[in-house]
Amino acid sequence: MTPAQDRWASFNLAIALFAIDPAPLGGIWLRARVGPVRDRIIQALNKALETDFFPRVHPNISDEALFGGLDLSATLATGRPIQTEGLLNKGGTVILTMAESAESALLARLAGALDAETGLSIIALDEAAEEGEGLGHSLSDRLALHLQLDAIPQSAAQEMEFDSTALAEARARFPHVQHAPDDYRDLCLVAEALGVTSLRAVQHALRLARHSAALMGSDQVEQADLQLAVELALAPRATQIPETAPPEQAPPPQPQEPEAQENPSDPEDPQKEGEDLPPFEALIEAAKAMLPPDLLARLAAQRAARQSKGSSGTGNRKKGNHRGRPVASRSGELGGGARIDLMATLRSAAPWQGLRAHTTAPKPRGLHIRKSDIRVKQFEQSSDRVIIFVVDASGSSAMSRMAEAKGAIELMLAEAYARRDHVALVAFRGAGADILLNPTRSLVQTKRRLQDLPGGGGTPLAAGLKSALDLAVLTSGKGMTPSIAVLTDGRANVSLDGSANRAQAGEDAQNMAKALRGRGVPAIVIDTGQRPTRGLDDLAKVMGAAYVPLPRADAKSLSAAVEAALPSA
Amino acid sequence: MSHAFPFSAIVGQDAMKQAMLLTAIDAGIGGVLVFGDRGTGKSTAVRGLAALLPPITAIKGCPVNSATEADIPDWANVANREVGEKPTPVVDLPLGATEDRVVGALDIEKALAKGEKAFEAGLLARANRGYLYIDEVNLLEDHLVDLLLDVAQSGENLVEREGLSIRHPARFVLVGSGNPEEGELRPQLLDRFGLSVEVKSPKDIDTRIEVIKRRDAFDQDRAKFVKSWAKSDETIRKSIIAARKRLSKIRTSDAILKDCAALCLELGSDGLRGELTLLRAARAQAAFEGSSEITRAHLRAVAPMALSHRLRRDPLDEAGSTTRVMRTVEAVLP
Repeated sequence: MTPAQDRWASFNLAIALFAIDPAPLGGIWLRARVGPVRDRIIQALNKALETDFFPRVHPNISDEALFGGLDLSATLATGRPIQTEGLLNKGGTVILTMAESAESALLARLAGALDAETGLSIIALDEAAEEGEGLGHSLSDRLALHLQLDAIPQSAAQEMEFDSTALAEARARFPHVQHAPDDYRDLCLVAEALGVTSLRAVQHALRLARHSAALMGSDQVEQADLQLAVELALAPRATQIPETAPPEQAPPPQPQEPEAQENPSDPEDPQKEGEDLPPFEALIEAAKAMLPPDLLARLAAQRAARQSKGSSGTGNRKKGNHRGRPVASRSGELGGGARIDLMATLRSAAPWQGLRAHTTAPKPRGLHIRKSDIRVKQFEQSSDRVIIFVVDASGSSAMSRMAEAKGAIELMLAEAYARRDHVALVAFRGAGADILLNPTRSLVQTKRRLQDLPGGGGTPLAAGLKSALDLAVLTSGKGMTPSIAVLTDGRANVSLDGSANRAQAGEDAQNMAKALRGRGVPAIVIDTGQRPTRGLDDLAKVMGAAYVPLPRADAKSLSAAVEAALPSA
Repeated sequence: MSHAFPFSAIVGQDAMKQAMLLTAIDAGIGGVLVFGDRGTGKSTAVRGLAALLPPITAIKGCPVNSATEADIPDWANVANREVGEKPTPVVDLPLGATEDRVVGALDIEKALAKGEKAFEAGLLARANRGYLYIDEVNLLEDHLVDLLLDVAQSGENLVEREGLSIRHPARFVLVGSGNPEEGELRPQLLDRFGLSVEVKSPKDIDTRIEVIKRRDAFDQDRAKFVKSWAKSDETIRKSIIAARKRLSKIRTSDAILKDCAALCLELGSDGLRGELTLLRAARAQAAFEGSSEITRAHLRAVAPMALSHRLRRDPLDEAGSTTRVMRTVEAVLP
């Protein structure tokens, strides 16, 4: 079997385990682009769970559809309130489509529904294309199975087979499955070695092991079950590569080595090589074999993405009643330019017409709309982005760098109107930093302000970063989303208090970089030196920023680099 | 209702448990905010607390849990006026809740069927004299947050609908939980919480194993697990009741008041709310420990949770506000 076929077989088994009892496992995080392979999995899920349809939740679903609400036509027809049943209250398995674009508010609702233990389970279809995109943690943490389909070619994706009698037997058996007391320790240690901090993951692994034992027809969790559970629940969550090497310095695990997937249709599986090792090492080996091949690259991307989303979180969007994407209308008052949502208003007024006709004297004609019925439209829009340029105006090449920065700023502003970008400029030189340009969208103002810029002197990098941070905090308080672009070719040699102390200056710069990272402000460090400047990439790392060496930076390449590295609003 | 995970069986997370117990002793402390990692037992603790709290004495049929017949709001049509014990209400406010459901609305059934105007009480009414729990409080819709702020401040819910003007008491302890990575909380709401605690996943392997072990035992046989912890829960319940009785008799010396003021001044916390909460929390702590007056040890025990969310942010100090409070406590209260 090829590695891809192996993986596919393990997915087959994973779906069988899921089908035994979906609810306690929470669900499946299915990462794949649309295609025949993903269709196969959905088909297999239908087959295993013996349904031909899963209700679908899409990212823009209304609360009414999720939790139920008043069914207006039925209510008016029958004269008593008829509630529609929300998708989440029914229990059963639902599909979350386009999971990568689900907002944290929806994820929190889904997570809450899972925690309520109503028998709900969720299959999240995640089509994330870019690194760092994808289903939010609050939900993915609650889903036991994480399946990544990208590496599976269509040829390996055979139709999956399920033995419905075996599943039924396993369903009856798994409540009685026992496991050894040591299993807790082993699973916790493996999770720790893989850098999995969530305790839910360990819990999921334990449940999967039990399901696996039940499917094998055993009342006792065996090493093989634990191994499978580690492969399915812990390995895909790994945030580090386990360091504990097996004693005899085994060769890097070949895919066929400890993997050895038991296929439910052929229970007599050959002995696994992993069983020669002590239990813990065998589990680690099993996990290693299932680690995603691009683990390290993915982790770095995730980390960057988390920072760029940062603490601003929900603050990045603001609601208003003028423009943007429409969201659910809410009760409110007319005036202040609010737009009435006529349909919603009529809906809310409808049930009360009978009552109002009785109680209002003298009897008016037509519809009775009261103030409390009024629903106003709400829109949501992304907030404006502010790019804060922090430019090194020290040393000899200051003039050219400043000129290019100026060019880049003007370029960005020229296009900014469409993209709602604001730009600010902080220059640092001599003993401190100055805000040369407060956040603005005005090209004219910028040109006037930036006409002659001073240059020369020491490199107070820390002071520059501090000004940028202050500005970032200030602008995010005004509802804008700041990001920072640092242009320099030098090492910090002036400390925060203005003294020329190289060691102290370096330390101050590091501290400010940490503070920036702490605020979750996305940043880029552009090295304009002829050759990469020592220590600058480290500083970028501390800042959680992208590091881009651009020796002969001109305005165009600068604005392109900034565009590429910083998240668009 | 299915069994809740017993409060006493929660491993570690002492600050969170302590904060919740303090509000159970003195509801006037004003709410707990629990911020931290996923899967650290935030919701579990709240549900466990609900099962543990001593019952309240209330009119059985009253929608706002009134203690005496005189307190029943006039709009409520209460059939069962018998006084009896009710479990302390712990009401969930789900993120998807509509405004109508939170504050209450006209009873649609009566309006349709009988053409009658009647008020149907909402979640705020049910939470009166108990707890209101909001998971993911930082993701709550802004208009609901505004509404809650108003009610939490005044202790009264006011509804104007269809010519009805309804008011009822809504005094509850607000418990919010959330994950700071998903978004920060507005400072106005932050300030409404008396205590705030940060929770983290346990790092120690033995603690982690114990967490998994207990959770697994609970999943296997809930009734049995709850029963095996019933005694420890009962002990906590008794100490809450004893502490409540002792609360009013606890002495506060001028020196302690001075300490409170010095601490808040040094930390630069905004307003006087910090001092008041610190004092109340320290008093509840003293009552819980069975002491007859507040000592510096009590102040030290509650200062981080009473003050850490009231500090101004300092971008250069990455130690975190809890550490900053502890450092200042050590400096000011030697």
